Amino acid sequence: MSASRKTPAPDARLAEVFAALGDPVRLRLVTLLCAGGLLSIAQLTSATSISRQGVTKHLAVLLDAGLVRDVKLGRERRWQLAPERIDDARRSLDAIGRQWEAALGRLKEFVEAGPDLSG
Amino acid sequence: MNASTGTDRIERSIDMKAPRARVWRALADTGEFGRWFGVSLATPAFVPGEWVRGHITHPGYEHLQFEARVHRVEAERLLSFHWHPYGIDPEVDYTQEEPTLVTFTLEDTADGGTRLRVVESGFDKVPAARREEAFRMNSQGWDAQVGNIARHVGV
Repeated sequence: MSASRKTPAPDARLAEVFAALGDPVRLRLVTLLCAGGLLSIAQLTSATSISRQGVTKHLAVLLDAGLVRDVKLGRERRWQLAPERIDDARRSLDAIGRQWEAALGRLKEFVEAGPDLSG
Repeated sequence: MNASTGTDRIERSIDMKAPRARVWRALADTGEFGRWFGVSLATPAFVPGEWVRGHITHPGYEHLQFEARVHRVEAERLLSFHWHPYGIDPEVDYTQEEPTLVTFTLEDTADGGTRLRVVESGFDKVPAARREEAFRMNSQGWDAQVGNIARHVGV
């Protein structure tokens, strides 16, 4: 690690959020909910490759992390993104910044891999 | 990696143990650019004023297009382009939206390596909904980051 690299201060809450997102199915659910609106378990199930029970279980993890909330719509339970967690512009900018970090990390690996292999 | 995020711009930098000429080639050669960025570019070179196009190669995001208009190219020092933040959906018309400007600059470090800085500016003109979209469409970046953080915290 170079001296210019800073590690964010440990933040248990943030770690919980990332842990919740650190699963492909949950990331997929969050991605679907990021599009906006209130989605039912049936809608979320049909958009993923896992069972209704699996979706329910993963939503519970996301609920604990404060990433989603449920809303009663008549007799049906609907799910939506918890905006205070992800939704504001600052956070999305931070997210884009993290994407740049990931891209720069890949570039670093690429140029430090030694002799150019691309031919 | 340094981070400074206002509301209009994102700035990140990283030090690499590679000479400036090597890093420049990884940026300015569209084939090499595509390999680390995750895009297959049909255009052979970055030429000021011209478009560079291709498709995203991250699994699950292949339907998204990469489309950028080259702004400046200064050998081994600076490459910049305008784009709509991150992969764009061919179904959506972005022509009414202001693009952001992405600028890469290179400088030597004291130990013979290279510091690369990337600045993306102009977000204040991008609607909030669109910024969310950029985030949503590029959750691939989150995958890697989430993996790193999860390992870091021992999840």
